[in-house]
Amino acid sequence: MLIENESGALSRVAGLFSARGYNIQALTVAPTEDESLSRLTLVTLGNAHQIEQIVKHLNRLIDVVKVVDLTEGAHIERELMLIKLSAVGDYREEFVRLADIFRGTIVDVTATTYTVQMVGETQKLDAFIAAIDSALILETVRSGAMGIMRGEKCLQI
Amino acid sequence: MELTGAQILIHFLEDEGVEHIWGYPGGAALPIYDALDTDAKKLQHILVRHEQAAVHAADGYARSTGKPGVALVTSGPGATNTVTGIATAYMDSIPMIIITGQVPTSLIGLDAFQEVDTVGITRPIVKHNFLVKDVKDLAITLKKAFHIATTGRPGPVVIDMPKDVQNATSHYEYPQEVALRSYLPVVKGHSGQIRKAIEMMLTAERPIFYTGGGVVLGDGSEELTKLVKKLGFPITQTLMGLGAFPASHPLSVGMLGMHGTYEANMAMHHCDVLIAIGSRFDDRVTGNIEKFCPTAKIIHVDIDPASISKNVVVDIPIVGPVQQVLQEMNSHLDKLAGHAPNEQVQAWWSQIEEWRSMNCLKFDTSGTKIKPQAAVQAVWEVTKGDAYVTSDVGQHQMFAAQYYTFDKPRRWINSGGLGTMGFGLPAAMGVQMAFPDATVLCITGEGSIQMNIQELSTCLQYGLPVKVVCLNNGFLGMVRQWQEFFYDRRYSMSYMDSLPDFVKLAEAYGHVGVRIDNPTTMKQQLEEAFALKDKFVFIDIITDQQENVYPMIPAGAGQNEMILV
Repeated sequence: MLIENESGALSRVAGLFSARGYNIQALTVAPTEDESLSRLTLVTLGNAHQIEQIVKHLNRLIDVVKVVDLTEGAHIERELMLIKLSAVGDYREEFVRLADIFRGTIVDVTATTYTVQMVGETQKLDAFIAAIDSALILETVRSGAMGIMRGEKCLQI
Repeated sequence: MELTGAQILIHFLEDEGVEHIWGYPGGAALPIYDALDTDAKKLQHILVRHEQAAVHAADGYARSTGKPGVALVTSGPGATNTVTGIATAYMDSIPMIIITGQVPTSLIGLDAFQEVDTVGITRPIVKHNFLVKDVKDLAITLKKAFHIATTGRPGPVVIDMPKDVQNATSHYEYPQEVALRSYLPVVKGHSGQIRKAIEMMLTAERPIFYTGGGVVLGDGSEELTKLVKKLGFPITQTLMGLGAFPASHPLSVGMLGMHGTYEANMAMHHCDVLIAIGSRFDDRVTGNIEKFCPTAKIIHVDIDPASISKNVVVDIPIVGPVQQVLQEMNSHLDKLAGHAPNEQVQAWWSQIEEWRSMNCLKFDTSGTKIKPQAAVQAVWEVTKGDAYVTSDVGQHQMFAAQYYTFDKPRRWINSGGLGTMGFGLPAAMGVQMAFPDATVLCITGEGSIQMNIQELSTCLQYGLPVKVVCLNNGFLGMVRQWQEFFYDRRYSMSYMDSLPDFVKLAEAYGHVGVRIDNPTTMKQQLEEAFALKDKFVFIDIITDQQENVYPMIPAGAGQNEMILV
């Protein structure tokens, strides 16, 4: 969705979800090329009726300029992850191979750690994490999903 | 011209046509109160005795006039005291502007004296709110606030004004217009949908209109009355909708819902076409949603898309202002001259008359105690059914709704959504201020009235001749009723002990107090009390302690499962 780039706009969106008992699975927000607008992608779960209600309630917020349910059509979904791994002994080789398979990039290296950067759909990042012994994961940070419609359609005002 | 923020506020309110503002001063609002003294020409400020009352008074003014109500308070406790009033207005979609003082911008976030995050606290109970950080934005922000509060589905808007913004100066010119790219309320219902709705109405065998507060707020009363009379269908109105269609008209089957009439709820349950207008399928109306109108196709007209198919999925949704949609329905129906409603509607009416003959609102008048129902009926007779009636929350509210027959819109002023005790008296002050010569009364109970009793002082200061009708049964009646029905008669904390002598209390505040405890003298005493046109009169009516509100749909039951006596 596009929201006014004003203080309080984000908390109105977040507040709506908590007040009405909806769940936010992931949320990303950043200003757009038009400085007065922020683009926000929010992932939530619900049946068709619940999603319709959520969209209607979002549209009711004065700071929300436009809402689109990306899952209604073909769309691209991506998430960025930075993951810091304990990489010693055989794992130094192993993690390079594994990152390669998942098309990740090692962006920071120390004597005992690697930091891997990876972009993809949420499920792919989940799969990468599942492929690694959890004891070797030191830290993860994920952006939450961002999305855009396929084809010529755009979310614009 | 160059003005301070505080002056801009006052000038703007006057330019916007605001005549009354209810409020209470304090540190962070002092520049505004100073500007009120130096700059206000027509604007009258009414000093209440508690900020909650300021908001309820502005609310009563708004509900009775259709114009936005305006309240002004200081920061911190001033702002937090308005919260109940704002939530009350929000739940009932009342156009209101609440201006709150705030600590200077340089102190915001530092836990300064009388600082609270007003915008944060009020966010879930307003249509929108603003923190004004730059005096240059003030005038346009005020314009936006009035625009948002009064258009679409109305609601309260809070404007938080830091003290330094009140003192800073800027050029002021009244902004004639405002455009918001993210807020474009629907101004016209979909004609195709309206035609489909009319077709469905004309083929209906067992139709019923179910109309709510939206018809009152959207000034749709006249068009609704025309449409209902043209079609000859039964109409039931919600607690918030009473008066939009004359309750004394034979087509009206009374209020519906938890304490609605038997005929209204039975007709709802058995109808085949439900025409919902400006109503929102509230749980107190629908009863158990699983059992709601099992055989009905539903047409729903509402200004707010989010209200449609929220609780009950509808067949023909029409998003638009009720007045415009009803107007178009009427003119479309006129064009179809010759297309009469389905003949089966006659049989439907016979069925409804059978339900109506149960006379579900009858009550026993033989005893020596005053029945609350009889008291409300007597008040209706004495005021010739032509008063503005506010109420609080509980049994007295239901008795008022059931027994004061409302034939005009904007005459019944009550907190339907939030159910706010303490609403009635300050709301009555707002109504009386708007209509100085009208009979304004507050039907209340000895529990509710004590929640804003301090306003007796305000009534004296401004000479507001409100009549308080207190149905005093010494119990929090509705709580007692539920405890009797559902908690094995354990009357936990519902007994009101150590009540004040309300007659003396009224006198202490400089008013007239009257006690009525005899059914045979009640009418006469009421006549005398209401004859005191220019006096505030507190009428304390001692009523039967055991009386309950009937009929009743118990929680979880369907509309056809009423307790009648």
